[in-house]
Amino acid sequence: MKYTPIIGMEIHVELATLSKLFCGCKNDPFNAPEPNRYTCPTCLAMPGGLPVTNKKAVEWTIRLGLALGCEIPLFSQFDRKHYFYPDLPKGYQISQYDHPLCKNGLVRIPSGDVRINRVHLEEDAGKLLHQAVDGKNVTLIDFNRSGVPLVEIVTEPDIHSGDQAKAFLKKLHQIIRYLDISGADMEKGTMRLEPNISLIQTSKFKSQNFQLPEYKVEVKNINSFNFVKRAIEYEVKRQSELLDKGETPEQETRGYVEATSSTVSQRKKGNSNDYRYFPDPDIPPMKWEKEYIANLKSLIPELPDAKIERFQKEYGLSQSDCEQLTESKDRALYFENCVKLTKSEKEFSNILPKIISNMLINRSIDIQSIEPRTFLASIKKEKADNSVDSTLIEKTITAVISANPKAVIDYKAGKTPVLMFLVGQVKKELKGKGEAKMIENELLMQLS
Amino acid sequence: MNLNTLTLVEAIKKIRSKEISLADLYADVQSIIAKDNPALNIYLTLDNEALGKAEKQIKSPLSGIPIAVKDNFCTFGMKTTASSNVLKDFVPSFDATVVSRLKNAGGVVIGKTNMDAWAHGSSTETSDFGTTKNPRNPGHLPGGSSGGSAAAVAGDMCIGAIGSETAGSIRQPAAWCGVVGLKPTYGRVSRVGVAAMASSTDSPGPLGKTVEDSAILLNSIAGNDPYDGTTSSLPVPDFTKSMKNGVKGMRIGLCYIDHPQIKNTPVAEAVKEAALVFQTLGAIVEPIAITDSLKDGYIFNPEYAIAVYTIVQRSEVSSNLAGYNGVRYDYGRSQFGAEAKRRIMLGTFTLSKGYADKYYVKAQKVRSLYRQNFKQLFSTFDLLISPTSPGFAPKLGASADNPMFGELEDMLLEPSSISGLPGINVPCYRDDKTNLFLGLNIVADLWQEEKMIQAAYAFEQNTKWNTWTKSR
Repeated sequence: MKYTPIIGMEIHVELATLSKLFCGCKNDPFNAPEPNRYTCPTCLAMPGGLPVTNKKAVEWTIRLGLALGCEIPLFSQFDRKHYFYPDLPKGYQISQYDHPLCKNGLVRIPSGDVRINRVHLEEDAGKLLHQAVDGKNVTLIDFNRSGVPLVEIVTEPDIHSGDQAKAFLKKLHQIIRYLDISGADMEKGTMRLEPNISLIQTSKFKSQNFQLPEYKVEVKNINSFNFVKRAIEYEVKRQSELLDKGETPEQETRGYVEATSSTVSQRKKGNSNDYRYFPDPDIPPMKWEKEYIANLKSLIPELPDAKIERFQKEYGLSQSDCEQLTESKDRALYFENCVKLTKSEKEFSNILPKIISNMLINRSIDIQSIEPRTFLASIKKEKADNSVDSTLIEKTITAVISANPKAVIDYKAGKTPVLMFLVGQVKKELKGKGEAKMIENELLMQLS
Repeated sequence: MNLNTLTLVEAIKKIRSKEISLADLYADVQSIIAKDNPALNIYLTLDNEALGKAEKQIKSPLSGIPIAVKDNFCTFGMKTTASSNVLKDFVPSFDATVVSRLKNAGGVVIGKTNMDAWAHGSSTETSDFGTTKNPRNPGHLPGGSSGGSAAAVAGDMCIGAIGSETAGSIRQPAAWCGVVGLKPTYGRVSRVGVAAMASSTDSPGPLGKTVEDSAILLNSIAGNDPYDGTTSSLPVPDFTKSMKNGVKGMRIGLCYIDHPQIKNTPVAEAVKEAALVFQTLGAIVEPIAITDSLKDGYIFNPEYAIAVYTIVQRSEVSSNLAGYNGVRYDYGRSQFGAEAKRRIMLGTFTLSKGYADKYYVKAQKVRSLYRQNFKQLFSTFDLLISPTSPGFAPKLGASADNPMFGELEDMLLEPSSISGLPGINVPCYRDDKTNLFLGLNIVADLWQEEKMIQAAYAFEQNTKWNTWTKSR
């Protein structure tokens, strides 16, 4: 490949705290019964409305930082970031500038580790609604989201492909869900993704201490991992073509267009904006004791990587099975609760972890509504019901094959779906008993 | 006797003993307002139902007495403009913490007083609703920015008043109007519901007819506010408790009277006289010389504080006013007056990339030098005294062509304000010909308001300058 993509990500995640970041208003803009219901003088920026920091939001941000391997500086502060936009009531956003809560982390993924530059906490803005009222096109503002805690995660430019970006985001999403600090729901906009993409000549990239490209293209507010992947792939193609022609792609912000899997220019960035950052005088700076951070660290649950490793050791399961079992914290917990029951309850004692794992992975079990005990009982019953003499199965298969010569011919001619028909026939003969997978394997053997 | 001339202490006493009725008190206050307000332009908004509210409060500590409140404090259901056209029709849906505390203690907001627009100024001449005139001599300015509140007290158009100070905005108008003005330690009184000027120095506080009146008002408004993260959680003392203990043995530093602009002026003489009063009462008074560099036993030149204060304050102003974008208050940024625009421009500049280090960051560094200087001085002294303002209230129109008018006027207060220190103004001279006053500024260490109240009370009791205590 002639060029190597250099990609960094900025990810915004709304925290699911009960109240907003700097006031007591309910933090639930998505389910608010009407616009501007969850507002007060502080998040509406009325005269004299002052911010008081939500401790939980700060602690959750630190926990996320720790889970991403960050250092937690013992001093941190909030700064004002100024820009005018109608959805920003104070004319500035309370954010963090040179003293973020967390910095220098690392996320390990098989396709290449991604370093985390910083994790900081800021407030979300309101929402503009462009619509017609009494036949006139107007812009309305809903401040329900104003002041909702928003974590910004900034990576180093360590990502080099759409697939790696997707893998990183999935991992990040999983960690956030494990920490139980956000729904991280892209449909609802509680997780927003912004890759910045540029290309470098692969030959240069391979040299030590290469210089980053002079330009950067930011793609804003994408709401799915696959779209990130496609946006990156589109940009790599677009930028390669420009570079091939001897042009340098423009430094700009682009938007992703779902229908065409492409990006379009939104805003050219001549030079960077001047946000006139300065420490917010309304909020005393935060100073931590080492013990306080250590205590927050101790409250972090076992994270996916550690769980996968432990499951492999403890239950003798494969890496891929463990990855699937630990996809969500709930699923992993469900699995372990089942295993516990097989140890404590005699009636389940011969159900092996491997069987539980297979059933959980291969069938869509609704772990929210089915109790582990019920689930185990159904496995036990199925086992008993399915215990069919293997010679009986073999005999039945032979009989089915000879009774359906046309199907056999079709199968051999490449019409593979016929196989399922034959499995069905065997099942019918066996009155529903026998495991489908096993029957299928036996059928394949006899047919070959 | 007109009941509007009663001090807060007297009024409460007479109401409680049923010597006077609230109806009589309000009648006298409202009649002087009706008579004088059109000419003096002190109140912007009046509450015509104040008496009814007062009568429900008669058993509370403040017994329903009428209080004037500066128009940058949000008052529920009552117009709050900060004397700016941007907010000319703004009616808040909540009370500032100070206002709700005042109401809880039994005070009644009789009206909202004029001020420099957004508190930008020291004269009330930047108000979008006209200048307030000094009741002591209507040809002269009342000072500012809490000029309306000081004038309301001086003109007996209320029993007590609330103002706010960033650097001089309570004490300087108090000095010019011949009343008591108390600026608490930054963080002692909540800023919730006060239209922000410079967030790192804004301090709401009382203006009163006497030191005791001011201490009582401070009692009712001080203390931690969970909605203001910069308020202190230190316990709040009863500020009247040690008030009468005198100054015997106190070590008092005499400051700034050798400054070239002060030396040999009437205010220098008046403050020297005040120093003698304290000495006579048993305090140890020592002059402190001004220095251009940090040096033990000296006081850091107040002139640098003008630059520090100007940069920090303008920076914060430019940020605090960014939210008045016309989306929520009907009137947009075009309604800002010339002074607000100047401050927004300057503050935007001092925070801009490439300049912030040169101005804002540097100013904060010098600010910390002032803090160090005061910390060191307060290891030797209990209190520092100085003139509140370099002179008498100037004539109307004095500030018009001088954008740095306020900073020069407040030069002597800025060093202590940027350091968060508390201070109190007490009248220390009256000119017989003009009926204009000079003020003595008494500054204490952080959280030591009690000491300065003690000294101010002793001074008031032993001199003839307070027009209320001495007319009885």
